[in-house]
Amino acid sequence: MADLTFIAMAVVTLGGAIVALEADEIVYGAVALAGSFLGVAALFFLLNAPYVAVFQITVYIGAVAVLILFTVMLVRQESWAREASPRSLTRLGGILTGLVIASALGLAVIGSNLSQFDSLLNVTGVLQIGQLISTNFSFVLEVLALVLAASIVSALFLAKVEKEEEKR
Amino acid sequence: MNTLADFVFVSTMLFAIGIYGLIVKRSALRLVFAVEIMINAANLNFVAFNQFLWNNAIGQTFVLFSVALAAGEAAVILAIVVVAYRLHKDTDVSELKTLKG
Repeated sequence: MADLTFIAMAVVTLGGAIVALEADEIVYGAVALAGSFLGVAALFFLLNAPYVAVFQITVYIGAVAVLILFTVMLVRQESWAREASPRSLTRLGGILTGLVIASALGLAVIGSNLSQFDSLLNVTGVLQIGQLISTNFSFVLEVLALVLAASIVSALFLAKVEKEEEKR
Repeated sequence: MNTLADFVFVSTMLFAIGIYGLIVKRSALRLVFAVEIMINAANLNFVAFNQFLWNNAIGQTFVLFSVALAAGEAAVILAIVVVAYRLHKDTDVSELKTLKG
């Protein structure tokens, strides 16, 4: 049986995700999304992966959530309140699809022997992650650096305000 | 004691919530939220299986790359949202028909 910390963090993660999608004011949704990221980071801590957890907090809550908040403020409009609510048929279809996927995968998990694994086998730490990154995956790291640079340049290019557009 | 099934179950629920958001929501920012939630579910699965089944750090390393990639992807998508808002004064994806053939 799962312990109390795990249940609390699972509730924070899932509740944050639901509020992020369903909050009326989209700013609250962005903050709830940051809460959901924090819950996932806590689950990483429970999984004995502290480096991944800290990386998740740094990148997701420190960068992505703040980026989303800035975008929300840039595109803020008075009509957020009357954001076109989906037709009830679409909503029903979405809920049904989610329930079908959740129950199918959940039943597969319950039917499998995954619940036999109840002890963390992994005792590796930051040291082995660093060794992997700098030896086996060094090429991946370089490609990732190029991809990040390209994405930042393209984002800047997309968001650049043209001169004539400024005059209007 | 937490078992592997508990973590996989939370990941499954998170993924289903992301699917629901992708189907129901029409605002571009909400779609970004849904995609980020689903990426988080996948990352949680990677780390859970790695920590319970193997005594190495390959799954954790993969998640580090995945998180960095998701951050770059979010930057590009949000820039596109800003441009779309500047052109259409709207972020409703069903109203963005300029690229429609």
